[in-house]
Amino acid sequence: MLSGFLRGLGSYFLFLGAVFRRPESWREYFKSFVRETELLGMSSIPLVVFISLFMGAVLTIQTAINLDDPFIPDMYIGIAVREGILLEFAPTIVSLILAGKVGSNISSSLGTMRVTEQMDALQVMGINPASYLVLPKIGASLLFFPILVIFSIFMGLLGGYLAGDWLHLVNPDNFLMGYFDEFQPYYVVYSLTKTVVFAFIISSVSAWYGYHVKGGAVEVGKASTKAVVAMSFSIILFNYILTDVMLQ
Amino acid sequence: MIEVRGIKKAFGDQEVLKGIDMDLKPGQCNLIIGSSGSGKTVMLKSIVGLIQPDAGQVLLDGRDWTAMKERDRKVLRQEMGMVFQASALFTSLSVEDNVRFPLDFFSSMSPAEKDQRVAFCLDRVRIPQSALSKNPAELSGGMQKRVAIARAIVLNPKYLFCDEPNSGLDPETSIVIDQLIQEITREFGMTTVVNTHDMNSVLEIGDHVVLMRHGHKVWEGAGPDILKSDDQEVVDYVFRSALFKRVRAAMNK
Repeated sequence: MLSGFLRGLGSYFLFLGAVFRRPESWREYFKSFVRETELLGMSSIPLVVFISLFMGAVLTIQTAINLDDPFIPDMYIGIAVREGILLEFAPTIVSLILAGKVGSNISSSLGTMRVTEQMDALQVMGINPASYLVLPKIGASLLFFPILVIFSIFMGLLGGYLAGDWLHLVNPDNFLMGYFDEFQPYYVVYSLTKTVVFAFIISSVSAWYGYHVKGGAVEVGKASTKAVVAMSFSIILFNYILTDVMLQ
Repeated sequence: MIEVRGIKKAFGDQEVLKGIDMDLKPGQCNLIIGSSGSGKTVMLKSIVGLIQPDAGQVLLDGRDWTAMKERDRKVLRQEMGMVFQASALFTSLSVEDNVRFPLDFFSSMSPAEKDQRVAFCLDRVRIPQSALSKNPAELSGGMQKRVAIARAIVLNPKYLFCDEPNSGLDPETSIVIDQLIQEITREFGMTTVVNTHDMNSVLEIGDHVVLMRHGHKVWEGAGPDILKSDDQEVVDYVFRSALFKRVRAAMNK
């Protein structure tokens, strides 16, 4: 099992070596990058907005119920919701959701290209398929995932505020005060750093699984499932490592 | 001329190509034929560089393709076009953009010149204007193959490789595709290599034929001569179908 893991890890780094090569045509790579940004990033906005609004609302409800004490001001509920969204929910949970949506998309699309010989066609033309197909996806993810997470932070905070106000769980003014009280800009840096690392994991790991598919349609599905599992493990592991390194 | 010298390839313990030599003639339709598992697809992929052979050489007009560095290979690849068994058209692009794709990468033509070249190639393979904006998945199998041929010739290559171009097509469409490959070979003076198990293709377009069996070359020669061969392995392959058995019997009378 360990030797299999090490072989896979070695293959992953060799794959990255093939991905980060000089493009045959910068213009064509840029066109592909724009397409991928639309496909992987823009199309994820509605999902991120929807999930973030409701997760923010749920966080407020749960925190308000658990801190339902006349000696605890509503401002502290606002602080708890803000920190929860900023530190953990937006970067980590949204990345896990994107691993399912974007990661499986990358894995299955590359797997399909592999089994239908589209990658061979690129290679015969003299185009490096690893670089042409994967580099724009990694670039688009690194650029757009932080934007999605910033969206998620704002939507989560909005959802939390609206739920607290509509359900009369908190005093809106005091709750809102908590959003701004002792705000640490470094937490935004921490959150976005995690997002960039997760974006790289999602795009490169899913691409590695898709790129190495052998067989037919069934193997494409299996690779997609394995990719989501591997990405989830990696995100959780790197979440711990980055938190330990950046917040201690 | 494509010269293949002593090509060997094994996957694990399984030896697929056992030291094959062949000379694929310039400006002709060269057919590599054989049953499933004979090694012809591995042979073709070794010739185009999709598979690195364990031993041997492939010489493209005297240039040792197998010993070249990847950078030099990329330049030489622009002299190649390939039609794949499953067409391998890019499903994210329209028919027109599929054919334009190699030009966008490797041509210094102006956009107007590219439009002209794409229109010429699609017209040459008889793709109607109405299909240009369609996704390849919306086309029939025969049309997909024709678009794949258009994409393969858009850079005006010296060598055209076709892996089972008739696979999945009805007999009538197969003949159309065969004839198209032959016409294009003659018209543009290309060296064409077609991988097939279809004896109709051998009789229709086979200027030069190589028969493979179990990783060995069994026979090589001018296409029509294969019917005259007395070699038992050739006879077994060529006359295995009921129709050809009757033809053979009629010839013997």
